[in-house]
Amino acid sequence: MEKLRATSNLRRSLKSLLNRRLSSGSDFTHFNQKRSFQTSFNWIRDYKSVGEVNAVQYRYFSSVSTLVQRNPSFSTLNSDDISYFKGLLGEKNVIQDEDRLETVNTDWMHKYKGSSKLLLQPRSTEEVSQILRYCNSRCLAVVPQAGNTGLVGGSVPVFDEVIVNVGSMNNIISFDKVSGILVCEAGCILENLISFLDNQGFVMPLDLGAKGSCQIGGNVSTNAGGLRLVRYGSLHGNVLGLEAVLANGDVLDMLGTLRKDNTGYDLKHLFIGSEGSLGIVTKVSILTPPKLSSVNLAFLACKDYSSCQKLLVEAKRKLGEILSAIEFLDDQAMVLVLHHLDGVRNPLPTSMHNFYVLIETIGSDDSFDREKLEAFLLSSMEGGLISDGVLAQDINQLSSFWRIREGVPEALMKAGAVYKYDLSLPVEKMYNLVNDMRVRLGNLAKVVGYGHLGDGNLHLNISAPQYDDAILEQIEPYVYEWTYKHRGSISAEHGLGLMKANKIYYSKTPETVQIMASIKTLLDPNGILNPYKVLPHSINP
Amino acid sequence: MKIMVAVKRVVDYAVKIRVKPDKSGVETQNVKMSMNPFCEIALEEALRIKEAGLAKEVVAVSMGLANCVDTLRTSLAMGADRGIHVEAARELIPLTVAKILKKLVGVENPGLLILGKQAIDDDCNQTGQMIAGLLGWPQGTFASKVVLDKEKQVVTVDREVDGGLETLCLDLPAVITTDLRLNQPRYATLPNIMKAKSKPIKKYTPEELNVEIKSDLEVVQVTEPPKRKAGVILSSVDELIDKLRNEAHVI
Repeated sequence: MEKLRATSNLRRSLKSLLNRRLSSGSDFTHFNQKRSFQTSFNWIRDYKSVGEVNAVQYRYFSSVSTLVQRNPSFSTLNSDDISYFKGLLGEKNVIQDEDRLETVNTDWMHKYKGSSKLLLQPRSTEEVSQILRYCNSRCLAVVPQAGNTGLVGGSVPVFDEVIVNVGSMNNIISFDKVSGILVCEAGCILENLISFLDNQGFVMPLDLGAKGSCQIGGNVSTNAGGLRLVRYGSLHGNVLGLEAVLANGDVLDMLGTLRKDNTGYDLKHLFIGSEGSLGIVTKVSILTPPKLSSVNLAFLACKDYSSCQKLLVEAKRKLGEILSAIEFLDDQAMVLVLHHLDGVRNPLPTSMHNFYVLIETIGSDDSFDREKLEAFLLSSMEGGLISDGVLAQDINQLSSFWRIREGVPEALMKAGAVYKYDLSLPVEKMYNLVNDMRVRLGNLAKVVGYGHLGDGNLHLNISAPQYDDAILEQIEPYVYEWTYKHRGSISAEHGLGLMKANKIYYSKTPETVQIMASIKTLLDPNGILNPYKVLPHSINP
Repeated sequence: MKIMVAVKRVVDYAVKIRVKPDKSGVETQNVKMSMNPFCEIALEEALRIKEAGLAKEVVAVSMGLANCVDTLRTSLAMGADRGIHVEAARELIPLTVAKILKKLVGVENPGLLILGKQAIDDDCNQTGQMIAGLLGWPQGTFASKVVLDKEKQVVTVDREVDGGLETLCLDLPAVITTDLRLNQPRYATLPNIMKAKSKPIKKYTPEELNVEIKSDLEVVQVTEPPKRKAGVILSSVDELIDKLRNEAHVI
């Protein structure tokens, strides 16, 4: 029953997309347009006739995009394959044990579960290369996996793909203390890199709540954003080079450590953000900024969203070069965090405020930064932008304030079912979506909004005790259409993975997607790398 | 009644400490400094007593170089009414701090003197006890609970001792040093930070107070504890026995 309903959802959303595209006219070449959607429609008809089969993998929460069939051109594992891998990697690194497979088959949110029978743990680029060469020749599908902290189902198998986990490749290869250029293997955990650099007087240019588990290879492959993007920019700017293994086993050495190198097409950018669908990243060379001594953090309360927005503008102007992070969370998020997380203390206990903003500054002169920050906070308070706030007095207080913002995803997980959306929207309009969703959902679910105010990135989360189609219907495709109308991105930093593979047209034109498909075919003709993800199923081999 | 709280500026508790290459001390340049956590707890307790209506004023005292004023500003931002800064050109040992405090007590006449049990940079745990001795006041150290009875002019202190908890009843004026479980210090709110800017900080020098700064102690060397050696994975029981006998000499 639910499957058919999901089908009609699919048809309805595609139809609305199709109608809108056709009617808006000018941008799109209708012929290409019709053809790609024609294919989708045929697929639906075929699906209805196929009916109940083991080929259709049904997901827990029945999102439209997750109705997928296993590609019959992929082979299945046999004992010869296992022997080969054991010979190549050694018994210890070829895992078929069910308990261990259980964890690597499931994503962090426990929303996506694959049925892979094999986990491989290569220890070197050469081993990765041999694995892929073999899988390519056998047409075995592969899922590259690092920390498995992704939020769109991109890091776990959909069916029985072989999982290649780079976690054992965790060496730091070199670090140049003068330039701050770090070269390391893809399996290095972000937090370990941060500690290592701390001893050298440097910091990683990215920081996210998942740092204790996520690995740099995964961060690079998903172009992770995080908390400090407003200060250090995106990974496209900070990654100076990388080494990747292509589907056929070829090793692409682009591991440059040069700040400037304009020789030919800069291919590394293709891999950054490709979510493992074009190659497996095995080494990364990244530019790290020096660690500055003065860090200050203010936890502020605002009465409405427009104050938050004006605060952002003022902060960028008055704090200028010392501003390093500006985040926001709404009262719903705060309530969840205080309720579900241990050892968390409300910095502003006297009353519940509608919005909370965290502003962090990093600079080299403590008294100067403090003065600047206090002057800015004073004038904002006098101007009515801030209704209350606290300033961290030591590192302990700093960590506690950050725990509140970084702990929201965890609190949401503990609260039950979560529908998670990551959208880039114009800052002025960002919160309107949260309000609209509240109206749409009424009592069905709680709508929580938080995110990177400085980057115009909203993390819209809908929390309910259980997954329920009635809720999903109200959310999708409304959220995506809303985003499309405002020329936003349906995935600011989380990527497309499995969850949004079929939604790419809300943010990219069909021509663009067509070229992406061509590049995919060029680099991975058999389509063995992370299949069913990133690109729409209608054009993904 | 006035409460005097002594606060110390130390290397932030969360910083990874590094020893200076010349082994003369710990690296303090470019390192985050904050108020000693136990001093924060002491200040918080004083503020709570004042908010309960049992004291009129809380005075924060700090001694050392000019940057002590940062710590005093934090105290004022948390809610202290006045600050006192005793300027000193170098690190003061607990006995000197106690002597200076004695002079300040003579000037301010507080009914209660609250300090942190120890500073996290020297871990001396001496100042509170010394000042009580110099003043001849009763002392309740390692306090995990403080209850003031204004009428009877006594303070009941639960102390954390090795055997458990000990409850003492002290006549005022008294000295209390605070332990970790006494309270959770408040955050410095913006309105209070702004108010703190106009609160007075009075400066003294040790000479004005007739205290001689001399140190009976000399730091000879500061070294890191020996690094923990990596473990060795052995391949057989025989190898284990061999190592236990011939390397560790335990069998």
